[in-house]
Amino acid sequence: MPIKSYLVHPQVGRKVELLDALSAFEECEVMPATNEDILVLVTDTIDEASEELLKEKIEKIESLKLLAMVSGFNSPQNQQ
Amino acid sequence: MYNSLSNRRSFIKKMARLSAMAAAASMFPGIMFASEQEEGIPEGANLDWKKGPCRFCGVGCGILVGTENGKAVAVKGDPNSSVNKGLLCVKGYHQTMCIQSKDRLTHALVKKNGTYVKTPINEALDIVANKMKDTIAAHGKDSVAMYTSGQSTIPEGYVASKLMKGAIGTNNLDCNARLCMASAVAGFLTSFGADEPMGCYEDIDHADYFITWGNNMAEMHPVLFSRILEQKARRGAKIIDFATRTTRSSTASDRSILFEPQTDLAVGNAICYEIVNNGWVNKSFIEKHCNFSKGLTKMGYGLEDKYKFKDKPEKIDFDQYRIFLEDYTPEKVAKYSKVSVKDIKYLASIYGNPNKKVMSLWCMGVNQHTRGTWMNNIIYNIHLLTGKISQPGNSPFSLTGQPSACGTAREVGTFTHKLPKGVVMNPKHRELAAKIWKVPVERIPSKPTYHTTEMFRAVDRGDIKFIWTQAVNPLVSLPKTSRYRPAMEKESCFVVVSDVFPTPTSDVADVILPAAWHIEKSGLYGNSERRTQHWDKMVEGPGDTTPDAWMFIEVAKRMGFGDLFPYSKENHVEEIYNEYRQFHEGKKHGMAPLEVLKKESGAIWPYVDGKSTQWRFNAKYDPACSNDEDFHFYGKPDGKAVIWQRPYEPAPESPDSEYPFWLNTGRVIEHWHTGSMTRRIPVLHKAMPHAYVEFHPEDAKALSIRNGENIKVTSRRGSCVLPASINERGLPTKGQVFVPFFDENMLINDVTLDAFCPISKEPDFKKCAVKVEKA
Repeated sequence: MPIKSYLVHPQVGRKVELLDALSAFEECEVMPATNEDILVLVTDTIDEASEELLKEKIEKIESLKLLAMVSGFNSPQNQQ
Repeated sequence: MYNSLSNRRSFIKKMARLSAMAAAASMFPGIMFASEQEEGIPEGANLDWKKGPCRFCGVGCGILVGTENGKAVAVKGDPNSSVNKGLLCVKGYHQTMCIQSKDRLTHALVKKNGTYVKTPINEALDIVANKMKDTIAAHGKDSVAMYTSGQSTIPEGYVASKLMKGAIGTNNLDCNARLCMASAVAGFLTSFGADEPMGCYEDIDHADYFITWGNNMAEMHPVLFSRILEQKARRGAKIIDFATRTTRSSTASDRSILFEPQTDLAVGNAICYEIVNNGWVNKSFIEKHCNFSKGLTKMGYGLEDKYKFKDKPEKIDFDQYRIFLEDYTPEKVAKYSKVSVKDIKYLASIYGNPNKKVMSLWCMGVNQHTRGTWMNNIIYNIHLLTGKISQPGNSPFSLTGQPSACGTAREVGTFTHKLPKGVVMNPKHRELAAKIWKVPVERIPSKPTYHTTEMFRAVDRGDIKFIWTQAVNPLVSLPKTSRYRPAMEKESCFVVVSDVFPTPTSDVADVILPAAWHIEKSGLYGNSERRTQHWDKMVEGPGDTTPDAWMFIEVAKRMGFGDLFPYSKENHVEEIYNEYRQFHEGKKHGMAPLEVLKKESGAIWPYVDGKSTQWRFNAKYDPACSNDEDFHFYGKPDGKAVIWQRPYEPAPESPDSEYPFWLNTGRVIEHWHTGSMTRRIPVLHKAMPHAYVEFHPEDAKALSIRNGENIKVTSRRGSCVLPASINERGLPTKGQVFVPFFDENMLINDVTLDAFCPISKEPDFKKCAVKVEKA
């Protein structure tokens, strides 16, 4: 039952479109920044396979520019 | 079972979300999430939003705290605050979470037979007052001391000063702003005769160039840095980062220029050389508005107890200054600063271009420096030579570290030499203080006693036999804690610690007093741009927690000084502020009335005829200018600013064969100073759970050090073991290591050196020599 978090960067001018597309997935919780072109995404899936499948679907969204996983930690040193 | 699993899952989700937001905040300082601001707000809640300044750094962001049923349930940026315009950083959003911490100090604790015993607050205050009185009776006034904070409110600082200097009659009062802002103060006073920046944050909206001197604003002043980034994106303004370490500020800048530690003095002079040599001097400005002076050199570094220094300023002329600068040609300076001739000329050309507005920004890199006053002077020299000062966008801007380092430490004056107006050495200033305080003028001593480092040395020597600290954690934040921790543990000194949470400092206390936190009391702070901000008490503190100001007043009454502290418990903040305002009446430093501060998100002093003064010393904006010229540096008797001849001198300790690395220490975005608050905020603690030692990858490779491996960092004073960090948060230059100081479990200040600037007495936390080895 993985829970992962991501920083999601939209294509220029397509933040709202990306927000709508991500919000359509039941497993996704999305929070747009109000003053920057970036969204925080938290995914909650039943297993690794579902997580992978969801990630593939997200990466196909045209308004998505970059999906960067945070996984609850913001730099390698904090994984200790 | 189902419920607990569900709760656990929702907690993990929250952590994942908050961590992503923390990561976003470090990439985009000041980023705002509307959903985060609504987080924790009960559905259908009817919140009461109360305004105030943020508890943490010196930027002084306006916050709105949502309260319901007596609890703070949400924090958001105040859109009406011109400081942050609704933005907050990751610390700001989560600040109130620490007050619910399980180990909160809720009752007084008195050490009896080696054990802390929960004690009613009135009884604990009796003990403190009696001990203070008995100590004075047995050993004299100068055997007791108080050490306060740039996080104390204006009323707290004011009553501390009145109690020590006006009631007891000792100048044994200093504060932790000595560790961060004293060089800035000395710089302002020597160059302009008046403390605090002449400009304001609105300079950011006008400047074409931002030059940051040893200052990682992206992590330390993130909201202001986001305002700078906005100008970069909107107007094409340029950011030049001049530092000894590559940071998030460097990567967001247009150009990063690295220098060898301590050589900023030489590079600054080389910039002045270029300005003079290329004819970029604003001749009419310096003829009308500037004098030239030199002071003593080879002053030492304050390493020995009872070190004394007094500068002897001597006037010089422009030609003498020009000849002095010939030792600082870019070619000569490049050899030891490791800054290329091209980069020195580039920096000079920015300042020298009459068509570009330049803002210089600095904080600890310049101030925590054994020649910190000189460094401040040199940056002002650059702006004075070119006339780029006191105008929108042309601004040398000394940033502050703490939320009221300006308002309390500097304006109220909680330094040993200071009074609420002026200094103890000046008879007129003592007379004014005596009049307002209603005490005999003879009671206020005319000589300063202990600055911070010397105060704790005096504790070690046994000269100070009673010390009371508030809102400060010296046994984590002082340099060379390896000396001062055992000093504070000695039985020769009775230690009283007033704080919100237990700290390594409260661990050595004889009495621990439970302080009210920020929003559990009313107060006022003063930020970096001379803005005074008020807030009303928002929630009740737990147990016996009490505002520091009220504890001082209660102790003063118990010591027999009740007639000097006639304040009421309900309105003491208002009564104290109104008394304090009398010190600053007039056009040069008038403070806004409380009713204005209650309504607005702060006001900038001098507050004259109902208006803030945004740019001092410029007749167009500052009603205190009276010389019929465009500019008037009225802090000096002749109305002229001073360009100081200040040479390069080496650091007291440099890497050698035995200790081959520079040690630089500092902060991270997630934590506030010694971490006593932010390490109790789960999201911030999880994002940065412990300190580390940063290496340059080539040094790490040469020593076969891997990421995360435990490394022992050792100096001539002590050692500290930390995990290695390579290519992560920051990148020190080769031959240098960096360690953040927030972690009380990894006390890097056991390793640092207690050398200080002889003029400001501010220690240098940025440079000493260490060796590193696998632990």
